[in-house]
Amino acid sequence: MIRQDAHRIDPKRRATIDPKKRQFATPTYKQQDYPHRLNIYDTPPTAEITLEQFEQWAIDRLKVLAEIEACSYRNKSPAETESHITPLLQKFLPLSSNTASSNGAADPRLRNERQKDHYSHFILRLAFSATEDLRRRFARAETMLFRYRFQKDDSRERRAFIESLNLDWEPVSEEERNQVAENLIGATLGLRRVDEETWYKVDWEKVAELVERRSVFMKRGKAYVPGREQLSMIMAEFTARLERSLELTSRALPRLDEDDRLTPILNHLSKNFGSAESVYSESEGHVDGAAITASSIDSLSQHFPLCMRSLHMNLRKNNHLKHFGRLQYTLFLKGIGLSLEECILFWRQSFKGKTDDEFNSQYKYNIRHAYGDVGGDVNRRGRGYPPYSCQKILGDNNVGIGQTHGCPYRHYSVDNLVGLLQSTGVHDKEVLRGVREDVGKQRYHIACNRVFEFSHKNEIKKVKEDGTWSQADLDTIVHPNTYFKRSYLLKTLAKAPPRGEA
Amino acid sequence: MPHSVSPSGSPSRKDDEELPDAPVDSAAANGGVKLEDMFNEDDDEEFPASNAQDVKMESSPVPAPAKYADNGIPKYMEAHRTDQKLYDSAPAPGPSGVDTDVMLAFYQRLFPFRYLFQWLNHGIVPTRDFGNREFALTLQNDAYLRYQSYPTADLFRKDILKMNPSRFEIGPVYSTNPRDRKTLRGGQMKPVSKELVFDIDMTDYDDIRTCCQKASICAKCWAFVTMAIKVIDSALREDFGFEHILWVYSGRRGAHAWVCDARARNLPDDRRRAIAGYLEILRGGSQSGKRVNLKRPLHPHVTRSLDILKNYFAQTTLVDQDTFASFEQAEKLLGLLPDKSLNESLKRKWDSSPDRPSTSKWADIDALAKTGKSSTLNTSTLRDAKQDIVLEYTYPRLDAEVSKKMIHLLKSPFVIHPGTGRICVPIDPRKADEFDPFLSLRAMNGSDIKGARKLQDYEKTSLKPYIDFFRSFIANLLKEERADKREREETAPPIKADPMEF
Repeated sequence: MIRQDAHRIDPKRRATIDPKKRQFATPTYKQQDYPHRLNIYDTPPTAEITLEQFEQWAIDRLKVLAEIEACSYRNKSPAETESHITPLLQKFLPLSSNTASSNGAADPRLRNERQKDHYSHFILRLAFSATEDLRRRFARAETMLFRYRFQKDDSRERRAFIESLNLDWEPVSEEERNQVAENLIGATLGLRRVDEETWYKVDWEKVAELVERRSVFMKRGKAYVPGREQLSMIMAEFTARLERSLELTSRALPRLDEDDRLTPILNHLSKNFGSAESVYSESEGHVDGAAITASSIDSLSQHFPLCMRSLHMNLRKNNHLKHFGRLQYTLFLKGIGLSLEECILFWRQSFKGKTDDEFNSQYKYNIRHAYGDVGGDVNRRGRGYPPYSCQKILGDNNVGIGQTHGCPYRHYSVDNLVGLLQSTGVHDKEVLRGVREDVGKQRYHIACNRVFEFSHKNEIKKVKEDGTWSQADLDTIVHPNTYFKRSYLLKTLAKAPPRGEA
Repeated sequence: MPHSVSPSGSPSRKDDEELPDAPVDSAAANGGVKLEDMFNEDDDEEFPASNAQDVKMESSPVPAPAKYADNGIPKYMEAHRTDQKLYDSAPAPGPSGVDTDVMLAFYQRLFPFRYLFQWLNHGIVPTRDFGNREFALTLQNDAYLRYQSYPTADLFRKDILKMNPSRFEIGPVYSTNPRDRKTLRGGQMKPVSKELVFDIDMTDYDDIRTCCQKASICAKCWAFVTMAIKVIDSALREDFGFEHILWVYSGRRGAHAWVCDARARNLPDDRRRAIAGYLEILRGGSQSGKRVNLKRPLHPHVTRSLDILKNYFAQTTLVDQDTFASFEQAEKLLGLLPDKSLNESLKRKWDSSPDRPSTSKWADIDALAKTGKSSTLNTSTLRDAKQDIVLEYTYPRLDAEVSKKMIHLLKSPFVIHPGTGRICVPIDPRKADEFDPFLSLRAMNGSDIKGARKLQDYEKTSLKPYIDFFRSFIANLLKEERADKREREETAPPIKADPMEF
């Protein structure tokens, strides 16, 4: 039997380049002339730059990207983010439109700006393609930057830019449009008449974001997209292309036959892109001196934020929690310093209806996994996963039937939320009204902080007057474990006044 | 040891040797405790009587005694159950509830390995699609073996016969052979493709079923699965343009869908999430209050679903389930209606006649609204609320996590559900109404399994129509695959240059 070797290339398809001659071939580099302000970064730069420029440009771009990521991490609204990064962009990475100069795109100032933008992007690609995590974060931050710039762009230039991309959009003929007019109106929000818009038919995969929100009409795998949803499509295209090429870069990286000039710079750059998750460091939730054991959780639960408190109440009520609830709660308990043994004990005691066998076979492994006691090498080395931040909990937009995890401010209906708050002892009308308002504006973390400030108002006032806590210590809470720690410290301070602050 | 004495000297000694599997099974199933139970005094008394019957059955199968007909074990297995009864008088079946012998006979004689292979391989010649596919086996002792893979259908069959698993699941196709995963560096083995899957499970319907809870189902609540199949199937076909959708009964209380189109198989996780989001209308957990909050005008998908579901609501929810009969459920219904004064008059009416059936209660809403007892009521708001209610009580409740991840494992078609003994047979979506989970394979009996072997064995059993359906499904799929392949070869895309090559 003849076995085909999978690695053997079909002789007909083999590339006909003589590898010996390849390195002497004249490079077919293309100098870019940057006709548009925006760039989808398809062509890598080929001109020479100095080492100083290499480093400086990359650092400038990195500063912008880090700020963008921080904004998203702090859950800032698009408007807030915009006002935050506009001056930064102006300073580090200006990018003017063609109309900014009388010479248009030929103006050397514009050229330089665009060149810097282009080069810095590709330098950072090199720096951030090494690990999956870095790639993901880089792509996210870059997409946000691109979105911001795209929205700011002059509409005429934007159109020219889009046309230059050669996207595979098929316009919908008038006849077809009228046939499906009713469906188009049904699918597209805020649309009165179909002839207001130009429509495109695209493969639905390109507009997955719109499909997920059910805001396009779908027929046989094609999505009928109105012209104004361009943004979504361009973003998807941008992200897709960037992710694909980052993947390729990462594979090419080991072959980057480089002396010791670029590699140290690149390594340095990637280290400086501090992890957003690291805003919460491991020891942050731990409280010194507090005895945290399985039996003390009940009494400590008064310091828990509402999300954890409701989980705790549910657990006590039903003697059970569903998987994601257990996960969210276990990680939180880990974060406040409950040891693995105590944590297992806690769950064992909480699941009253389960036999030891059931508990050991169905639940214990997951707890140990969350602590990094079992699982793959990565999981163990990282000591399990970090406790969930508010951003992570809020981002879960799929709290299913019968599940109790998530953020009550976001995932409960307002009436249930208010009921829950009242059952935890928040009766103040003014506060509840404020919460309703915040939740209505989707400012969930503000609502949570409002409740925190209310329930600790005496203590906060005291530490402020004492001057023992600065304003930085009372920054907005964006992590359930921070909530616990601050609450616990405030309450214990109030009970036992500090004796001379050791 | 006491049990070594009791059977000796009686004819049952011979039986011991003939049926070596039974004690092994019970021992593995129930641990050491069962061993003692098996040979307790009750058993001794039963030996002579049941032994006589047993011998007779070996030569010519007799109809099984009716006494087991209601314990959830299909008739075709009952002959074997009686054998086991000799040793295991305790009613608790093993972990599988299905005799290992029957399981083995089923794999040997009936399981359609060849078609399963063709289905996953998308062709006759073994390819990567099958060879790199993950299988996960649950063995009779409940051990769970992941990352099994097989180069060909024969080796697959051989291993299944050797292991005799109580069930097995199908995972994704990986970039390399899953068995080699330990030899690879971390992150090298990536899922490449898998059918897009959906899982409908009756447990998610517990708050709206009145007939059963948890694992049990009846004909009344199977209607929920039927309507879910119709809604999801038409959305996948009409909106997304998928054609090869295999619906499979999950063996107990739900159904699975396998979308096998090449386009669906290659979807990355975020596109899968988009489809899941598109199909998801009920949002929020048990605390979210009203779970259907749709904007008007309705999306065409919702309109179509509503058309399908309207009749089911009238029949299943209002009549069969009589959902709103109880006080709590009626309260919940009122909570979903928009108008306060209407609610009050409805409440008064229903309180005065507590036994009013759901149909009348539903009619009351319109009747009272018409009499104009409320001045604030807006007819279109009421209509919208009623539409939302219909959807809340009938719209499919998908376990979305299953669909979102490529790496999710799902039970293979045609395996026996270990708890119920029912076979996971395909459901023809065009005849979804006719499918009856209780009928499936009840007609099979022991003689089928032990019959002569000129025809294919399955053709003599009631499994035939299901396997024939599966076969024609595969034939269609393969036809398209072949056409696709030819097309791909003719218009091979130009290989894109590596963007990092500068």
